[in-house]
Amino acid sequence: MDSFILQILNGLDKGSAYALIALGLTLIFGTLGVVNFAHGALFMIGAFCAVTLQRLLSISHTVIDETQKDFLGNPLKVEQPYVIDWFGPEIGNGLIEWSVPLAVIFAIPVMVGVGYAMERGLIKHFYNRPHADQILVTFGLAIVLQEIIKYFFGANPIPTPAPDALNGVVNFGAALGLEVTYPLWRIVYFCFAAVIIGAIFAFLQFTTFGMVVRAGMADRETVGLLGINIDRRFTIMFGIAAAVAGLAGVMYTPINSPNYHMGMDFLVLSFVVVVVGGMGSLPGAVLAGFMLGILESFASTTWATTTIPGINQVIIYLVAIIVLLTRPRGLMGRKGVMED
Amino acid sequence: MFGLNKKDGTLFLIVIAMTLLAPFIFNPFPTDSAMAQFNAGYPDLLQRFVIFGIFAIGFNILFGLTGYLSFGHAAFLGVGSYAAVWIFKLFTYNVVPAIIFAVIVAAIFSVLIGFISLRRSGIYFSILTLAFAQMSFALAYSVLSNPRFNLTNGETGLQVYDADPQMFHHEGLPGMPHLFGLPMRATHEMTLGGWAFNFNVGYYFSGLFMLLAFYLAIRIFRSPFGMMLRAIKSNNTRMTYTGLNAKPYTLAAFVVSGMYAGLAGGLLAAMDPLAGAERMFWTASGEVVLMTILGGAGTLIGPVLGAGLIKYMENIVSKINDNVLHQWFSFMPDGLEDVMVTLIHPFVGKGWNLTLGMIFVLVVIFLPGGLVEGGQRIARLFRGKKAREAEKSTQSNPAE
Repeated sequence: MDSFILQILNGLDKGSAYALIALGLTLIFGTLGVVNFAHGALFMIGAFCAVTLQRLLSISHTVIDETQKDFLGNPLKVEQPYVIDWFGPEIGNGLIEWSVPLAVIFAIPVMVGVGYAMERGLIKHFYNRPHADQILVTFGLAIVLQEIIKYFFGANPIPTPAPDALNGVVNFGAALGLEVTYPLWRIVYFCFAAVIIGAIFAFLQFTTFGMVVRAGMADRETVGLLGINIDRRFTIMFGIAAAVAGLAGVMYTPINSPNYHMGMDFLVLSFVVVVVGGMGSLPGAVLAGFMLGILESFASTTWATTTIPGINQVIIYLVAIIVLLTRPRGLMGRKGVMED
Repeated sequence: MFGLNKKDGTLFLIVIAMTLLAPFIFNPFPTDSAMAQFNAGYPDLLQRFVIFGIFAIGFNILFGLTGYLSFGHAAFLGVGSYAAVWIFKLFTYNVVPAIIFAVIVAAIFSVLIGFISLRRSGIYFSILTLAFAQMSFALAYSVLSNPRFNLTNGETGLQVYDADPQMFHHEGLPGMPHLFGLPMRATHEMTLGGWAFNFNVGYYFSGLFMLLAFYLAIRIFRSPFGMMLRAIKSNNTRMTYTGLNAKPYTLAAFVVSGMYAGLAGGLLAAMDPLAGAERMFWTASGEVVLMTILGGAGTLIGPVLGAGLIKYMENIVSKINDNVLHQWFSFMPDGLEDVMVTLIHPFVGKGWNLTLGMIFVLVVIFLPGGLVEGGQRIARLFRGKKAREAEKSTQSNPAE
């Protein structure tokens, strides 16, 4: 029972990353009809927003600390971040320590900007070209973004720890009398993902803007004929989708130190998630994300790997293949999407 | 000639001449000149040119003709490599059975994968092939290398050990891949003035296969079968409405291109008897897509050009470091020299992937037909207005 709950928790946190990326992909696909191979790169850029903020906050200058001596007996020179100068040691250190959660605020405008620039600058010109061309140009863009990040941040993973307060483990099952300890940050990640997903759905469901966007997803032309500038709204949705991917990346940094190719690693799986969920279906993407995450975590148990060696490596692909062959539109795909 | 029309015959002859004379053509600079680092005439790189040329030609038969964009073609290349190395391990270092076996195994694999993937089209097809390739990678990397059943030797890569049976290997045969006793690595070096030209057995062996593959591709392009594939690309729905089942045709194209990839994989193993899982990784599949698009999808010569260009950049541009750059710009005043070096630095050496990505994006945006279209446009500029008008009047517009 304990390990059962543990596997579900394991699956939930991996699944939330899949779900967030797949949600963004589906938003872009559902609104603009573009298959965005650069979405993994957006996830990666989000993660590097956290790295950048951490570095910005840690910019420091040398001060002489009279109270400490180095091994020659001279006063010790220490690096002191500017934030400590400005806000005092307590708030300053706190800011540096909490840089990952703070990066969420920092990342939103950055990611919306990146997404907006991407859509206006490049993808806009590809609406009337075949899907293969869209895949190719976004694939090329992903390579470029990835290499730019590599140029500035190097090829090695950069550790970005979570704040100490959120770094420990919690005993999850204490209330039920079970022994299920789990890293706190992963719980935070899951809750964060749930909030974001909820916010996106609420935004689409309960605001006028969301209603127009949903109408546009259903029938773009008619909405345009009603005198609504649907292109502008779709561009904004692209920015929002980019922000969702970026936030998923920001919060993922303490779980996995970001490196320049992390986006590509996630992208392949996220595509599988989108296809399993059904192209263009938002609930499908979220459902499939969590489902595949949990499935993968169950396949990684010792019992599963000893019964069928390596099942954890291939389970997602196997499921994807089976789903596509039995339910070609995915779990919750609509009729008429991508069926030309 | 060879059953080709005049234009294709000329193209084929040019390719034959290029392949035969490649050790000269790609070695234009004397060995000790400053430009010698741009020489591509060494056996290793030349082999890569032709082998990846074969891979790209095969990919083009699928993508260029039918429009099905496969993102998992490297799986067949990897499978071919593994199959060839297994022949080396079990039977003999002779490359002929290894390559035949590689092609057969790749064909079986592509029938299986193609049969399932081709049930869907468009983006679904791309993602299915991608999923299959990633699955093959995972299988090769970890699953099939457990001690009980070691088929791929995991991260180390499959290679030939002394303890392997090698049933038909005997004294007097070279201890490396060979063609009836002629080792693939044998190189004849010819020094001519300041130039050193290398003639490598492995290169000419693969080159022969490349010519064969190229010839076959021309024949496929010009055959009724090729016409059918183009029809599938331009309007699959209409094909279906005319009562034609397109699937056997696309499957045949898929299997042919899978066999090409298997051949390329077998040749890679024949040049260097080692097969690793990273050959199946999806970036490797992406690379062949890049090659084909960069050269010109759907054209005959494009994929070969693209493969050559990418392999050349990979080997040559990545070798340019800051010292070389400083040497180049040393004629400029000091400050300007540093500025130039700083400007170019991100694009060369380790950053060559950035250059590649940017070229690729630009090609997709402005030159969807790749290098071949670029060449045609330039040729049209020179030919002048009259020729252009004549062309326009003979051009037939396909009915939508």
